[in-house]
Amino acid sequence: MASYNTSELKKGLKLQIEGDPFLLLECNFVKPGKGQALYKCRLKNLLRGTVIDRTWKSGDSVDAADVEEIDAQFLYKQMDNYCFMDNKSYEQYELTKDQMDDAWKYVKEGMECSMMLFNGRPISISPPNHVVLKVDYCEPAIRGNTATNLTKPVKLETGAEIICPAFINIGDLLKIDTRTGEYIERAKE
Amino acid sequence: MAAESRHDCRPADHRPTASFETLRSRAGLLRRVRAFFDARGFLEVETPCLSADVVVDRHLDPLEVTLPTDVRRPDVGRRLYLQTSPEFHMKRLLAAGAGAIYQIARVFRAGESGPRHNPEFTLVEWYRPGDSYAAGRALLSDLGEALFGLGPAEQLSYGAAFARYVGLDPHSASLAELNRAVAAAGGASLGFAADDRDGRLDYLLVTCVEPRLGVDVPTILYDYPASQAALAQVRPGPPAIAERFELYVRGIELANGYHELLDANELRQRNAANNRLRSVDGKPELPEESRLLAAMQAGLPESVGAALGFDRLVMLATGAETIDQVLAFPIDRA
Repeated sequence: MASYNTSELKKGLKLQIEGDPFLLLECNFVKPGKGQALYKCRLKNLLRGTVIDRTWKSGDSVDAADVEEIDAQFLYKQMDNYCFMDNKSYEQYELTKDQMDDAWKYVKEGMECSMMLFNGRPISISPPNHVVLKVDYCEPAIRGNTATNLTKPVKLETGAEIICPAFINIGDLLKIDTRTGEYIERAKE
Repeated sequence: MAAESRHDCRPADHRPTASFETLRSRAGLLRRVRAFFDARGFLEVETPCLSADVVVDRHLDPLEVTLPTDVRRPDVGRRLYLQTSPEFHMKRLLAAGAGAIYQIARVFRAGESGPRHNPEFTLVEWYRPGDSYAAGRALLSDLGEALFGLGPAEQLSYGAAFARYVGLDPHSASLAELNRAVAAAGGASLGFAADDRDGRLDYLLVTCVEPRLGVDVPTILYDYPASQAALAQVRPGPPAIAERFELYVRGIELANGYHELLDANELRQRNAANNRLRSVDGKPELPEESRLLAAMQAGLPESVGAALGFDRLVMLATGAETIDQVLAFPIDRA
């Protein structure tokens, strides 16, 4: 397995600890003048999303995680599984709804996403930052009201619910920020 | 990995990382440090950066340079070390009768890069013959007062600091107690060698103790475990105590001082012990014999010496968060 020496540790590296892949968020070199050098790091577990602190001694070796990001297209949903295709190899991958995290709310057929693979298996999906989705159902719009401070929940074509201004109607197309899950504006297509 | 290019240039890499305001503060602090020592009758000296000798310490890694016998073959010739501190040369001056001396020196330490570390940095180092351990600490406190204006330093022993912030006696705690404390401080995954007490103590020091030192007034931490004596005298115990001290300001380690070891044979033994530990760590051994040993045999006067990280002083004085902000060109732009 590939590994890093502590002196190579820097933000953004993917490391493997006790079998799980981690993203190195912060790495701080500390050393008492006459003592042992330490690398105090903060890492995010790429499977669970949890953040941990971990310290290594200078000279330790740290396993690299075999993590790769690929461009993948969302093909279809079958039961609770989401099927994607690697744009280069045409290989197909399935993710469970759990593995999709919040991404299930935003993907529709044909959408280009970024997929993370760990040891060749998919572990997460990032949809584009902005997506346009159709409103499947909502309470009727309050006529004439274009203020954005009155809101209501709407159900999207993906099955997800988001909060929108009250003037939105069934069949409207909405531009949504997938990082925050927030409505941005009404889209024309 | 392919050999790295010497000039791995990115846009704007030619620009300094310190502001001119900071560089002016830096210059002002240099003048104040000189004024402090000049007013006390210290002689400013300059000694070589390159030397055949170097401090033998488990955790200090010098850079090596070849002095070519034939410049057409730059890799063949005498191997010299860039100094990790000017200590050896300054003590040779002391042994020759220089009296009180100070130096503002460029020093080099391999593998030290981070928010408070640059492999090349500036040390202010001084020695005053005739000083007792207490007088040496008082001088450091005076320097701190002159630079920060926060009043005299709080004097806190290493043992008292561990009792207060870790809840154990660093001199007598069992390995099991140290392991429990390390685990409680988030270091459970650190694989220390079975007998590595100092590794565990260092982890507890940087994690639990250092951040709490020098918060209101500067702190002088003193009386270290004998195993961390480096070049300090050891006072017989039990517990045996190294007459070593450090200055902390706002959680930052700023200076390190010794009631200087005078016994050449004792230093020989420490050098050999440090080289054994370096071998265990897979690091090259360093020369155990040196001209310092010869000078100590000829007679080093009783003295206290200390060294202060000048770049960190500038960080504290200007409120900089990283050492890069106080260096015109840190190692990545050097």
